[in-house]
Amino acid sequence: MSALASLTRKPWIWSFVAAGLVWLVTVLFTGGASALGLTLAALTFSSFAIIVGTGQMLVITLGPGNIDLSVPATMTLAGTLALKFMAVDNSLILPGLLVAIAIGLAVGSVNYGLIKLLRIPPIIATLCMSFIVQSTAIWSNRGLRIKPPPALAEFATSGPFGIANVALVALLITIIAWIFLERSIYGRWITSIGQSMAAARMAGVPVDGARFLTYVICAVLASIAGYLLASFSGGAALNMGAEYLLMSIAVVVIGGTSVAGGFSNVPGIWGASLFMFLVVSMLNTYGLGAGFRMIMTGIIIIAVILLASRRNTSLT
Amino acid sequence: MSLRIPVDTIRLAVPVLALSALLIAVFWLQPRAMSYLGLNLLFNLAVPIALATVAQMFILAVNDLDLSMGAFVSFAACVTATVLHSSPLLGALILAAAVAVYAAMGAIIHLRNLPSIVVTLGMSFVWTGIAVLLLPAPGGAAPAWVRSLMTAKPPLVPMAIVASVVIALVTHLILMRTSLGVLIRAVGGNQQSVARAGWSPLLAKAAAYALAGTFAVLAGIALVGLTTSADANIALRYTLLSIAGVILGGGEFVGGRVSPVGAVIGALTLALAGSFLSFLRISPDWQIGAQGAILVIVLALRLFLNKLERQERGG
Repeated sequence: MSALASLTRKPWIWSFVAAGLVWLVTVLFTGGASALGLTLAALTFSSFAIIVGTGQMLVITLGPGNIDLSVPATMTLAGTLALKFMAVDNSLILPGLLVAIAIGLAVGSVNYGLIKLLRIPPIIATLCMSFIVQSTAIWSNRGLRIKPPPALAEFATSGPFGIANVALVALLITIIAWIFLERSIYGRWITSIGQSMAAARMAGVPVDGARFLTYVICAVLASIAGYLLASFSGGAALNMGAEYLLMSIAVVVIGGTSVAGGFSNVPGIWGASLFMFLVVSMLNTYGLGAGFRMIMTGIIIIAVILLASRRNTSLT
Repeated sequence: MSLRIPVDTIRLAVPVLALSALLIAVFWLQPRAMSYLGLNLLFNLAVPIALATVAQMFILAVNDLDLSMGAFVSFAACVTATVLHSSPLLGALILAAAVAVYAAMGAIIHLRNLPSIVVTLGMSFVWTGIAVLLLPAPGGAAPAWVRSLMTAKPPLVPMAIVASVVIALVTHLILMRTSLGVLIRAVGGNQQSVARAGWSPLLAKAAAYALAGTFAVLAGIALVGLTTSADANIALRYTLLSIAGVILGGGEFVGGRVSPVGAVIGALTLALAGSFLSFLRISPDWQIGAQGAILVIVLALRLFLNKLERQERGG
């Protein structure tokens, strides 16, 4: 009983409860026929949002005003350049991944460089950066759809027991992120910075180093997600990152991470990403069009933030 | 020390300088742009961007951020191209209701102390959803009066310039010269002291959001007047462009420090950046990259000027 009570106090539990409910409603509608297929599809398709959302969560943990708007542009550029570099050659898959990671390292470093040197809010710095990165992607892509190497496409779309490998990669990344956040000094650093930057600085936390690292990690995760997404969907497209700007923020918020910073929550990213995908499939099963689906998605996000605010106010 | 330039003048000087430098460069590269027709072509698409930027400015004035601006302008454009065209009264009612939703959004954000980023993020899905329902495929038609207004040819000065000056003047009057404007900026400065002084921060926030909604609706109408049709994603770029325009024009994220004239100039600068590249014969692929680069340069310039100012004060 006490185990159940402590479980309901976890902020991430609600996103899983919601995801479970939506799953149940969808499966009931189809008479239970789609139970396995739906679960596997949800795991596969939400893995990209999970990877990007984990990076965005670390940035949001840094405190108010910290949001990385360059995530979609970084995904697109990394996907495009990595696929172009690999040129459908199976032997270049690993170097291609390194190209994607290098792009993430570069974008993240410049992001924090702009924040620090120009003393501008992170939103503006990453906004400027997203313009420049997106332009580079447009210039290098030229509207062509470059195909991934066959072995990489095979890796991204298949996996053991029908669970796609991308979902396993997402799981691995979130486990590492969780260990980093909960069991390492870095996690203490960014949480303390999010709660009070001035206090963290006085306590001897290397504020600049920790923030720099966070922006770099976020950009690298975005570029890995772009690399995988481009391989998964059969090629890089210029608009492939577009939906992940709002999605990456939405999964962080729905997952129970505080938008004001200072509190992060890795399991919630999973619950929220699964939930977001399942809502779309539920509305699809009920035959509702794209318009209704988006309206429902928006209403759900607002409902979640309203509920979360009530929870917070009742605590204090 | 006798000559001290006010801080606000310095803040406005940077965007003015950036716009003039770009204009001079364009005129130098293509002297024929220095004409009625040339100016109209250069700045035509700037009018809806300027309106959206001004809308974003009202939100930034109360320390919030609207991530749904692009989706909302697209929604307003879709309403203009469909309902407002076929049955003007119903269309006007829908747009008025949308402005009311904006005001309600401001009130709820204030009452529940919600993060504006997340609420507007959710609303952006809602606006796009309604827009898709209205116009599943690109299409629609501009109401005749909108079309004639946007393509009007006033004597001497092109419509785009006239419109920009009018937008700047009207928003300057609202935000800088009325008591409501002072109240809105005060909420951005210090909400507690506004409440203690006996004013209602709730009213100010709702009013700021309503004004933002109004100008965003105007942006959608103006956009349809130029393009003569609409689709649900027509203005998605405006979210980031409008934020960039306000910042370019000397606005700050916190403290209610925004400049309506600067915001319009910032929007014009961003619009001109695209044309500038085509005069240099650089591929239009780099258009948004140039907008990002200009933003970085202007922010660096502002940092430099601020430092100079602080040194003067210290010495």
